[in-house]
Amino acid sequence: MSYTDIKDVSKSRVAESAQQTVAEEILARASGRNRVNPGEHVVAEVDAMMMHDIFAADVLSMLQRTGIRRLNNPSKATVVFDHMVPSPSVSSSSHQAKARELIRYYGIDAFFEIGTGICHQVMVEENRVSPGQLVVGTDSHTTTYGALGVASTGIGSTEMAYALATGKLWFRVPESIAIVLEGEFQFGVTAKDLILKLMKVIGSSEAQYCSVEFGGPSVGNLDLADRMTVANMGVEMGAKFTIFPQGPLTTLKRDARYIASHVVSLDKLVPQIAVPHHVENVVDVNEVVGVPLDQVFIGSCTNGRLGDLRLAADVLRGKHIAKGIRLIVTPASANVMAAAAREGIIEDLVKAGAYVGGPGCGPCFGGHMGLLAPGERCLGTHNRNFRGRMGSGDAEIYLGSPLTAAASALAGAIADPREILDGLGSVHTGTTMSSSGG
Amino acid sequence: MAMNDNVTKILGRAWLFGPDISTDMLSPGQYVHHPPEERLKHVLESARPEFASQVRPGEIVVGGPNFGCGSSRESAPQHLKDLGVAAVVADSFARIFARNAIAIGLVAIACPTLSEVVEDGDIIEVDVIAGRVSILDRNITLDADSIPEPMMDVLRLGGIEPMLALIGAEQAQDK
Ligand code: SF4
Repeated sequence: MSYTDIKDVSKSRVAESAQQTVAEEILARASGRNRVNPGEHVVAEVDAMMMHDIFAADVLSMLQRTGIRRLNNPSKATVVFDHMVPSPSVSSSSHQAKARELIRYYGIDAFFEIGTGICHQVMVEENRVSPGQLVVGTDSHTTTYGALGVASTGIGSTEMAYALATGKLWFRVPESIAIVLEGEFQFGVTAKDLILKLMKVIGSSEAQYCSVEFGGPSVGNLDLADRMTVANMGVEMGAKFTIFPQGPLTTLKRDARYIASHVVSLDKLVPQIAVPHHVENVVDVNEVVGVPLDQVFIGSCTNGRLGDLRLAADVLRGKHIAKGIRLIVTPASANVMAAAAREGIIEDLVKAGAYVGGPGCGPCFGGHMGLLAPGERCLGTHNRNFRGRMGSGDAEIYLGSPLTAAASALAGAIADPREILDGLGSVHTGTTMSSSGG
Repeated sequence: MAMNDNVTKILGRAWLFGPDISTDMLSPGQYVHHPPEERLKHVLESARPEFASQVRPGEIVVGGPNFGCGSSRESAPQHLKDLGVAAVVADSFARIFARNAIAIGLVAIACPTLSEVVEDGDIIEVDVIAGRVSILDRNITLDADSIPEPMMDVLRLGGIEPMLALIGAEQAQDK
């Protein structure tokens, strides 16, 4: 397939217009200014702050160590335990115990224990973020809340300590890039394929430090779950924010000063696979069909929502995964898991041979669960295939959609989901289901 | 508060790395809860296995484009600082890595084509204030980005933690 379906229509046009991009609007508001310009550094008030179990103890211990007795505003803070859950080691348990103690000490009420779900899913389900806010989290995939029109981005634990203590943080006002969506997803193609395709075209450098903002006539074809999948992986392009403007803004502000804009025709999109060892190494699925696999993983904050599990169950129902392959499924949250159980999805997956774990990050980041041995090959629905991400540095990680993952688990090798779906008839295609209730 | 002047001009041996050095390579996820000494042994092992045992204090890590891509883990720059690395100079940085480096008081400065010109083991001088990197033996000088003044203040103080200590001391007085 040629790349003519994604054209660069206005690179180099930096209009001196009155209209601000969404990122500029939000940063101007948060820093008490009428307008801000790309490249400027501003000190802005942060609306919400998120930490998970890997960093919460570090952040709060730093506050304790430096003699900070109270947070600027404890109600803006949220802590979710999702990465090392249930704790697989004594050291990780001690780390979590320390965090729990300090969460109480600093009066953080929005603390979600193990089993609630992956931090980004929980933030959205529990309404801890809302449109127009400026949000930071100690996790790079904090860009996910851009699905709700939030300017959200990842920071490290030291900066989080500063933000909690003072309520403020410095930001460089980013340049913005527009992505205009046209057309309809075709049979067997999902939001994951869209973001993987964007990774290929935009790569991991063009959007460095930028705000990537979505619009166009087809942006409404993406429901909240789809937008979360796309915004989640914006950080893999190096983006600071990935924003789907809220409200009636299906056309991006035509006059706002975007440094580049890309038009994507969903009609021409086919299933995409990221091949080792970088997320921008993306190919059409047909280039890798038949590559044998040892493990398939369906889950993560990218693709562990109800619609994702439903698609996987549609492919696997009444069948069994190939001999010699392991399928690990982890729902993105307790709500997702409960809804999937209610719909019979969990039963379908288990009967098809899946190991279904509890809500959490699971094998996504190689902390525990399903680590790969040297030479092993895994296809996952998560967001990173860097060397060593899921265990051995000599293992290979491929990334694809939940449909592609389920089809590949059936085949024991990378498979084109459209071929398997052809035989199934009534499968949900295109956009996945709403994340409401899950 | 002690001011640190070692952050304005740095002279040291260059360790050359390729493009897209990720936080997973700098701080592999499976060692995340191992003891600190243990974690340091695995820094960049998948890129250059000899690095962690052979790097000496004051040396400089040179990377290609997109250095520090990946997760927000602050252990990535912290491990380099703990190994004694004096500065990271890369063609370009992933956003969070560059922020985190400054926040913990490690110089991270972008110098767009350095990785194509420098050779492993070259002695280089990084002038943070002027925004310049020189390869001394070969008389090559390249322009680098400068670091905005608020961040230079953070570097001079040794990172954000000493700044927090000042706020903590104020809160103690309020009581
Ligand atoms: S699911 Fe993976 S990418 Fe998402 S927060 Fe957890 S470890 Fe990070």
